[in-house]
Amino acid sequence: MLAIIDYKAGNQTSVKRALDHLGIPSAITSDRRVLENSIGLIFPGVGAAGQAMGVLDSSGLSDSMRALTGAGKPMLGICLGCQIMLERSEENDAQTLGLLPGETVAFPPNLNDFDGRPIRVPHMGWNTVRFIKRSPLWENLKPTDQFYFVHSFYPNPAPGLALGLTWHGQDFCSVYGREGLWALQFHPEKSGAPGLTILENYYRHCRERAARSR
Amino acid sequence: MLSKRIIPCLDVRDGLLTKGIKFKENMDLGDPVAAARRYYEEGADEIVFYDITASAEGRGIFLDVVERVAAAIFIPFSVGGGLSSVAHMRDVLLAGAEKVSVNSAAVRDPSLITKGAEAFGSQAIVLGLDAKRVGPSESIPSGYEVVINGGRVPTGLDALAWALKAERLGAGEICLNSIDADGTQDGYELTVTKMISQNVRIPVIASGGAGNPGHLYEALSEGQASAALVASIVHYNQYPIKDLKEFLSSKGLPVRLP
Repeated sequence: MLAIIDYKAGNQTSVKRALDHLGIPSAITSDRRVLENSIGLIFPGVGAAGQAMGVLDSSGLSDSMRALTGAGKPMLGICLGCQIMLERSEENDAQTLGLLPGETVAFPPNLNDFDGRPIRVPHMGWNTVRFIKRSPLWENLKPTDQFYFVHSFYPNPAPGLALGLTWHGQDFCSVYGREGLWALQFHPEKSGAPGLTILENYYRHCRERAARSR
Repeated sequence: MLSKRIIPCLDVRDGLLTKGIKFKENMDLGDPVAAARRYYEEGADEIVFYDITASAEGRGIFLDVVERVAAAIFIPFSVGGGLSSVAHMRDVLLAGAEKVSVNSAAVRDPSLITKGAEAFGSQAIVLGLDAKRVGPSESIPSGYEVVINGGRVPTGLDALAWALKAERLGAGEICLNSIDADGTQDGYELTVTKMISQNVRIPVIASGGAGNPGHLYEALSEGQASAALVASIVHYNQYPIKDLKEFLSSKGLPVRLP
């Protein structure tokens, strides 16, 4: 079973619906034991960094996530979840989880789009990802596949952690992490077939990992 | 590069589509969930539902539709029509919609936009703006007035000023419908589309008037819109979404192809 971390941040149910559709067992939970017993975590999120961190810290989920990922439990961060896995966010000037080094920053002003006109913020809609390193997460995807984004800030992880780049007035890091600890700025649960493929790939990875450690 | 979006719009009353939708095999669909599923499979980038139900009982039926749509499609969809409180917004967002669109209620009480953005984030709040050409005047310098209640009631508000104010109040997107072009199939109203797109930083969805693929191209290039709302042009199987996208792609616009 995959555990979707419940911290009242909006889109847990969208992720659950996508997993249900794929026949992947999952639970929305903040219970430490359920998180521990899952084969992998999904850390979704919509909203603002400061408020989210307040809930995570006061509920003890911050500590649980640090402990579980530190012990090798796989985790997939999505959108706001992806951003607050880093150490700090420019949004609300918030200290964030620090699961991986780096910080979340705002799109700079005065960037231009392909047509020479100013980019729009939020970056809202469908865009491609250039995956720059191999990963089991993007098996069976095509380079032309697009994913649904909606965000005004983006992750800027430490060098070497970027796994995928997307262009919106400039290249920004849209996927980062390392084996078993991945962060996606886009919403796989809202990205049609390619997004569902990523969720399936993640589940397969978690199952294989659980089978190996048994 | 961010793709230009094509967004079919479905009107729902008492849980059913107000007009049946014809797909290739002449199957007439009245069920909004089945129609949403078909557009999802045909490559729609997003779907908009307008609930034109009047009764409280109908509202419950509509929430059930939203839940069933959310379990059937895995792209974003928004819901509008008669939403007038944060509680209404919460109902449809919890039922599975990504965004809510507010129109007349936001004109009557602009703080609704801010309250919604604070509760759910700006990305979830779309301003529906119906604009009517009235010619520039002292009180309406842009020459376009905001109208409400389906275009019947003038508000005295300047459309450009209202768009800018809504952006400041926290709207994450504007769905700009031209009352003059709506239903004509003569093309989007490019002047107001361009004027508002140029002046706000949030995405603008052009709405009203699509009759052929060239109209979409105009709205998304000259009109500078981020997305185009489509209704009749796709509902009666004149132009499948795939054909519209292939046309836009052939003209050099970034689109999401299967």
